[in-house]
Formats: sequence, structure tokens, C-alpha cells
Amino acid sequence: MKKKNEITLNGKSITLDVPPHRLLLDLLRDEIGLTGTKEGCGTGDCGACTVFLNGKPVNSCLILSGELDGAEIVTIEGLKIGPELHPIQRAFIQDGGAQCGYCTPGMLMMSKALLDENPNPTEEEIRFALSGNLCRCTGYVKIVQAVQDAAAELRRLGAGTS
Amino acid sequence: MKRPEPLEIFQPTSVREASDIFRRNGPGGFFLAGGTDLVIAIKEKGLVPRYVVDLKRIPSLSGIRENLDGTLVIGALTTMREVETSPLVRKKYPFLAQSAAEVGSIQIRNRATIGGNMANATPSADVAPALLVLDARVGISGPGGENVLPLEEFFVGPGKTVMRQGEILTELILPPPPAGLRGEYIKFSPREMMDLAYVGVAVSLALEGKEKRCRHVRIALGAVSPTPMRARKAEAFLLDQMLSEKIAERAGEEASRECKPISDVRSSAEYRREMVRVNTKRALLNTAANGSGQVSWLERRERRY
Repeated sequence: MKKKNEITLNGKSITLDVPPHRLLLDLLRDEIGLTGTKEGCGTGDCGACTVFLNGKPVNSCLILSGELDGAEIVTIEGLKIGPELHPIQRAFIQDGGAQCGYCTPGMLMMSKALLDENPNPTEEEIRFALSGNLCRCTGYVKIVQAVQDAAAELRRLGAGTS
Repeated sequence: MKRPEPLEIFQPTSVREASDIFRRNGPGGFFLAGGTDLVIAIKEKGLVPRYVVDLKRIPSLSGIRENLDGTLVIGALTTMREVETSPLVRKKYPFLAQSAAEVGSIQIRNRATIGGNMANATPSADVAPALLVLDARVGISGPGGENVLPLEEFFVGPGKTVMRQGEILTELILPPPPAGLRGEYIKFSPREMMDLAYVGVAVSLALEGKEKRCRHVRIALGAVSPTPMRARKAEAFLLDQMLSEKIAERAGEEASRECKPISDVRSSAEYRREMVRVNTKRALLNTAANGSGQVSWLERRERRY
């Protein structure tokens, strides 16, 4: 009853041979070994399992492998730019946006999704975008600041290349 | 919480094929749209499907289009995020887009579909009151053929719709609105996001003149009855009245009398009844005061309290 899945994962084409009932989250962590994506709640409430599916941030804990044929998936492991950390990752480190780090991959993915769409978000827009990502450590202040600083850095880098 | 057990997934590319799969495979099958309800039901509520019919590869079920006569048709598999961000919906019915924005998180809204949400028939579903005040109808397709009926008749109880095994909700149909229609949806809940409505109130109004005479009025309530409901007595009271604060207040009292809330883990029936009274008045006055423009998220928050 296994189902062949041709997918693109962090830019690489792979063929998966998994039963369709396996959750995408478990596929990533247990079958493929990409453990950056975390399980915080399993019910789509905490956002720790956020990945990009066909360009859109989604909760991987609620997706069955059998739905994936042809999908393009990006995980936190795919955020780096070659060997370099993404500016969002650097901002989180510099600003203290991560404490235990468990929510952090989801926060980074969602922040990237926001900044890809809105390069100059207000604080309200940042908090709205991150509504589905819960953090028990930081109180969100440093996370918001990191997103603002990352946005500024990305705008600066963008201006430099034009 | 448990992981899903082995099951088979079918991915038909037409509604006909989807119905046929049900007929051929018999009981134990469930339709899969965004999965944000079904997968949770599998993980937390003991649902064990034998097979699942994924509707996401059926092109005719997606998309939002406006017909020449002003009818808006929203495919059942349109995601909440698509409804929220659609330039067409935001221009024509901004409060419908806003009601979709109240659902879960962006991650959830990128998967959750408007049709799946209606088929799940939760009494507190945020888009339901907005759709009800827009006189929405649902298109259903099944072994017996196709049918269109008012959304209000589609719900029969908490989690229950008129649909039978193998039937699929295919689209939501919003008729052309009266001229100058404006509306508002208030989601009353303690958390700003990621919460269920304790009370949901939607209104749509067409007001005439400086005295704001109600030529068209609809009021719908969520989370205060077994299904999302129209507050028809409050509507009848308001029709042709001038919408003053006093009149809005009395309409709120009327709506509060006709709802049928229960006490549950979130709220008592008495509190819900009181919040219907307060928020109906608020939604009416907000609508009367607004232009038809988009309201920012922050403004929405402030206006609730």
C-alpha cells in the first residue's frame, strides 16, 4: 500500500516510498532525518512544525504523506544560503530571539514567509503573521525585534544589489 | 493523541470520480480537503478511516469568480487564506475576508478550506455568520445529482449537515448584493488569534439617507445555537427603522432573546446571551459608521472592546 512520492525537498529531487498515512512531520524527522522541524502539539496550534509546502507555510503535523506527490517542500534546514546563515537566523541569534530553541525553526520559517511577502512589516503585522507560532520562553519581544532587524538587513542587502 | 493508522488515499481529478470511489469502496471513507479538521479527528477523536478521498486535485472545486450579474462563486476547496487575501472578496465583502482571517493561523489558513469548514458544521465557525448575512447558498454534488440550497438549511446540528455519504459540497454562491451593502463580523473571544469564537455576530446592512434607514438588514450569530443562525426577529425589528444607538440597542436585546446558547468549557449560556446583546449592537453601529473600506487588523481589535 506504499505510494511513490516524487517531491522536491530543500531544492533536491527525491523519490519517497512511504505509506500514505505517515504524517509529513514524521516523514521529515524519522524517515529522512531532518530533525530541525519540531513537534510541539501535533494539532496545528503551536507552529513548531512549520515548513513550506509549494511555497506556503503550513503545519506539517496535519499533512499526510499520501497528499504530497509532486510537492515542493522547504524545511528549516533549507533556510541557510549555502554555508551561510540566513540574515533572519543571524538576527535571532544577535537579538536573543531564541532561548530553548524549540519554537525557533517554526518562528524562522514563518518570519521568512512574512518578509518574502512584506519586506517592511509593522510590529502589528509581525505579530499577526506569527500568531500561529507559540513560544513559552521569550515573551515574543526579542522575536519581534529580530524580525524587524532582519527586515532592515534584508532591505539593506536588497538595496546593495540593485 | 495517536498517529494515523494505515489507510488508502485516492486522488480523483473530477467530482464524478470522487463519488464513484465512495460507491465502489463502501463504508469507512472520508473526504479530505485541507485536513485541518480530518487529521485532528484521526489524531484526537478516534476517527479511523479505512480510506480517504483527497479532493485537492479536482480543478473545478477551486477558485473565486464573479459573474456578470454580480454573483460571487467561491469553490469549496478555496483555502481560508485565499478568501482572506482575495482582492475580489476584500473589495466586495471585506467583512467576509476578515471573518476568514479570524480562523486559526496563517499556517492553518493555507490548508483549511471554506467548503471543508462548512461541511464540518461547527456552530462557532467564523465564516458561517458572514456567509449567512450574505444569503449564501451551497452547491452539493452526489450520486443523486446536483442540488443548491441556502446555507442556513445546510446545517442541521453541531457537526451535522444535510449531506449524505458520498455527497460533496462543491461551491458557495453569494447572490448579487443590494446597492451600498456594508457589513461587519465580530468574533468575541478572549485570545486575539488562535481561538474559537465564544460568540460570533455578523451583520449586513443597506442604509438609506442621513437618517440611516435600514432598507436591508441581516444579522447572523455563531456559537450560540446548535447551528449558525439568523436572528430573524432582530432583523424584522430593524427593517425600515432609522439606525440610532437606541434602535441598535433594542435590536441587540432582540437577538439576545432569540439565540439558544449553552454553557460549556468556554463560557456560560448567560454570558453568551449577554455578549450577543452587546456585540450585535456594536456590529450594527460599527457598520453604520464605516465607509465600505477595509479595516486594518489593529482597528478590528480595538473596535471589539
